[in-house]
Amino acid sequence: MWWPRPGGRWGDVADFLMPSLGADMDEGTILEWLVKPGDVVHRGDVVAVVDTSKAAVDVECFTDGTVEKILLPVGEKVPVGTPLAIIGDGAPEPPQAVTKPEPATKPQPLASPPVRTFAKQAGVDLAAVHGTGRGGAITRADVEQVLAPRARRPEPAGVRVSPYAKRLAGELGVDLATLPGPVLHARDVHAAARQPVQAQRPQAERPQAEQSMRQTIAALMSRSKREIPHYYLSITIDLQTALEWLHEYNRGVGVQDRVVPTALLIKATALAAAKVPALNGHWVGGAFRPGDGVRLGLAVSLRGGGLLVPTLADPGALALNEVMRTLSDVVARARTGRLRSSELAPATLTVTNLGDLGAESVQGVIYPPQVALVGFGAISKRPWAVGDLLGVRPLVTATLAADHRASDGAIGARFLDALDKLLQRPEGLR
Amino acid sequence: MTTTPLTTERARAAVHEALLGIVPDAELDIVDPGENLREALELDSIDFLAFVRRLAELTGRTIDEDDYSRLSTLDSCIEFLTTAR
Repeated sequence: MWWPRPGGRWGDVADFLMPSLGADMDEGTILEWLVKPGDVVHRGDVVAVVDTSKAAVDVECFTDGTVEKILLPVGEKVPVGTPLAIIGDGAPEPPQAVTKPEPATKPQPLASPPVRTFAKQAGVDLAAVHGTGRGGAITRADVEQVLAPRARRPEPAGVRVSPYAKRLAGELGVDLATLPGPVLHARDVHAAARQPVQAQRPQAERPQAEQSMRQTIAALMSRSKREIPHYYLSITIDLQTALEWLHEYNRGVGVQDRVVPTALLIKATALAAAKVPALNGHWVGGAFRPGDGVRLGLAVSLRGGGLLVPTLADPGALALNEVMRTLSDVVARARTGRLRSSELAPATLTVTNLGDLGAESVQGVIYPPQVALVGFGAISKRPWAVGDLLGVRPLVTATLAADHRASDGAIGARFLDALDKLLQRPEGLR
Repeated sequence: MTTTPLTTERARAAVHEALLGIVPDAELDIVDPGENLREALELDSIDFLAFVRRLAELTGRTIDEDDYSRLSTLDSCIEFLTTAR
């Protein structure tokens, strides 16, 4: 996973910056804050909704801590890297607290200010909490431990609605009183608006959003073709063994856990990329920078035009059923415009699978600053030499578009060969 | 084991509901009942599997991978669901 770097650290606070949600994003607008000063946040929590030129994205926090200050109001467009909020890091206080002479009277339980605030808000007496942190300090987890048996979020009567959710509800004609509280966010409104099957989209906004996505794709693809000397290779892969194996696999699981061939292709691609690291990474400042692990971008076409490329964090390390689950989830959310910031982290390699639309092969355009793009065409039955005989086999054409500045054809060929070999031993992809 | 086949109306309602769960703004009334659904609605393999899942949930019918070929059009889906196993 990739997180915006906490810039400008001083003491125990960190700036939460406008993240770069993809190589093509220069600026973003806060659509909604989901936290307020004093809120305790955890790494991975969704703290804000940011509008890029492509989609509204749930932005996750990069650290644990407490929101100290919101710096940027909703609605203002700022460049990537602009501080949006200040987050205190919530860790127990360093040694000075320990070396301080303890008052002879009732000793104060050791806890950092954010933990104290949290405990106070939650109505927990720190004297009753057992500290497990450094020097016996009480951590947030310790407070939560005490809190766990109690009902969490004892919100007073009345529902908190974020301003963006309120506006959205107006546009979409959703009655907020009909939604379950206690806190309503834009996504609740979106969900409610989707329920009556024909979602009432704001008609005026939609073409504009589509146009903006078109512009973004245009700019990125032009840059790619202007700057990257592409070379192209392809290989035809016999999927008979893989598909038979997958059919057996699917027979043994319920319909909920069935896996489609795409998941197999994605996992094999990630593993092949790990074997041939020269294709996995970025071309930055005139040199190749290998990726730290494989983050696979997946080109997802949207109904009605356009595409989004969410990132799957290291699918090679996941079990096949996990790859499938992640894939279904990410594709569905990409199409309903609910991607999370970690899914728009810069990929190190992208896969496009146009086969479902019937195309036999695809010669892709690389997403800068990446150095390769892998494409899969349709899986179809075609004549194929099996030993000395002619057989009919399910075949797929896998292609590689690669940046000749970063690698040569031999490297690309090694990648496609690794891909083929992985798919010939599907049990290794389980 | 056999499952009681659905009536045509219930089968059609289930197919529509399952499809609308995946393509919420699909105009199913103007889809030719004999047209390939995956092409008409641009369903990729992940969408199609989601459709199968929903259809199985809604109807209680077991749908094997080998049955997929019988789910290619609106008409064939209804025929499949209204035929006893």
